[in-house]
Amino acid sequence: MQTGECGLNAAVVELAGVGKRYGATAVVRNVDLCCGKGEVVGLVGHNGAGKSTLFKMMLGIVAADEGELRLFGEPVRGRGFRDVRRAIGYLPESIALYDNLSGLETLQFFARLKFADPAGCAALLDRVGLGHAMRRAVREYSKGMRQRLGFAQALLGAPRLLLLDEPTNGLDPQAIHAFYDVLDELKRGGTTVILSSHLLAEIQSRVDWLAIMASGRLVARGAVTSLTATADLPALAWLLPRDDAQARVFEALSAAGFVPLREDDGSLRFAVAPARRIALLRTLAWLADALIDYTLTEPTLEDVFLRHQRAGALPEQRA
Amino acid sequence: MSAGRGYDWQWRLVAAIAAKEWRDRLRNRWVLAVALVFAAFALLIAYFGGAQSGTIGLRSTAATVASLTSLAIYLVPLIALLLGFDAVVGERERGVLDLLISLPIRRAELLVGKYLGLAAALALATLVGFGTALVPLAHAMDGAAMVLYLRFVGSALLLGLAFLSMAVLVSTLAHDRARATGAAIALWFGFVLVFDLSLLGILVASAGRYASSWAPYALLCNPADVFRVINVFGADALRSAFGLGTLLPQGWNAPATLYGAMAAWIVAPLGLALWRFR
Repeated sequence: MQTGECGLNAAVVELAGVGKRYGATAVVRNVDLCCGKGEVVGLVGHNGAGKSTLFKMMLGIVAADEGELRLFGEPVRGRGFRDVRRAIGYLPESIALYDNLSGLETLQFFARLKFADPAGCAALLDRVGLGHAMRRAVREYSKGMRQRLGFAQALLGAPRLLLLDEPTNGLDPQAIHAFYDVLDELKRGGTTVILSSHLLAEIQSRVDWLAIMASGRLVARGAVTSLTATADLPALAWLLPRDDAQARVFEALSAAGFVPLREDDGSLRFAVAPARRIALLRTLAWLADALIDYTLTEPTLEDVFLRHQRAGALPEQRA
Repeated sequence: MSAGRGYDWQWRLVAAIAAKEWRDRLRNRWVLAVALVFAAFALLIAYFGGAQSGTIGLRSTAATVASLTSLAIYLVPLIALLLGFDAVVGERERGVLDLLISLPIRRAELLVGKYLGLAAALALATLVGFGTALVPLAHAMDGAAMVLYLRFVGSALLLGLAFLSMAVLVSTLAHDRARATGAAIALWFGFVLVFDLSLLGILVASAGRYASSWAPYALLCNPADVFRVINVFGADALRSAFGLGTLLPQGWNAPATLYGAMAAWIVAPLGLALWRFR
């Protein structure tokens, strides 16, 4: 069974052939997705790739035009889904909460709507780092504080599934760190999390696997390492030879099949395909006495992402 | 997680939404401002309403109520429309509506909660505003006058609730706040100004022929006119002053008909909004 596919075990999220169009524009097309208990899944894609619409369909806010959506085995928009909602936490992409209420009042309001105990709200605000400001009006909150309040709202009622649309938008690095710490805790408790982001570097070390969307389609999914492997992108090598060994290094690299480019400062740059990494190691070992320094830059997840995105966009262009 | 419980009506959720709306309007001093406006106008009209006929001071309650009715017909619908026009579309623009819908609350519960919370705020402002004016006026009133005044306050509240209901309907239909504002203003113009002018125009153009049979019922199609009829035509002293008494068919202005029409104007737009918002 591949990551993200439905197996025999009961999945928390099951999407099969889900599609949505607005007028003539298909915003989500034929998406299959399964998430199991305790998985943290990153949903990435460019703006307008269909991530937010997918979230809204999972929550029954927007009706899917085609396909099947089940959360905890219950059809979205079915009769029994109201009870399922109590187990879901949702943070929309952009939200302006009520300016006139304090942080605590805001949270208590949403707690009542979610059948959660309003008495637990103060502790929840502490947990997201808003304990000191809970009695201040939301109108005085910074963007990051509002985002944290939104996150606290999503955590009401100990949800077993969290759908977070760009949850770290507007957060400073320290708050982002704290956010992922809370997420780790939830994961240990068995909560399933799907979060969308365009900050790939930030989420790549924090999610179990990624689903990449482009033009409404799910173009790739898998663990970060397997996505990197399937993208087959080269690493970038940079070498600084000693002045007296420049010609020798250049020739040895060329002989080994690499295509070095000489920079003004005498250093060399070249691409290293995944299959050629060991060959590079061998060549460098042989050249060790001729080098002052070297680096090998791995392809970033952004590169991987762009690669998958382009591949995903191709069939559409052909059509 | 028991299936089948999904369609239970949860009043506690309705109450949570209503309480939030109510608190919002108290906190941003909306209730206070509107109550002050109502009280100020009621007192001004009670003391100075007769100034154009050369007298200053308290007049008969019937005359005061007639003047107040003319004013309330413009003011109350405007205030109710302003109160309700962004109830849904405002939440949608802020992005909160998606969040609310994702919670275990039915859309109907959300909408009814909103309406009840806003209605409570409007009721408080109306009762406190016109009620305050009653304090200095009460000593000059006998029982019958008190009934006239209280009927005015009660029907003003019903008028407000009817326009609040229309405002909530507009709010569920509109794509954005700007369009909702436009629609609310159009409704105000339509019901408060254009409707009566058009009716009058038709009556004059047809020289009153056939008019007595349908024109009174046409008035029931406008909550502002129903309000006027409740307060003005109910007062026998003023009935003749408008010169319409002989034109009107019997029974069309029976309290049951009038209050029934008002109730319909409260329930129907809200019902339509509920249907639209499903």
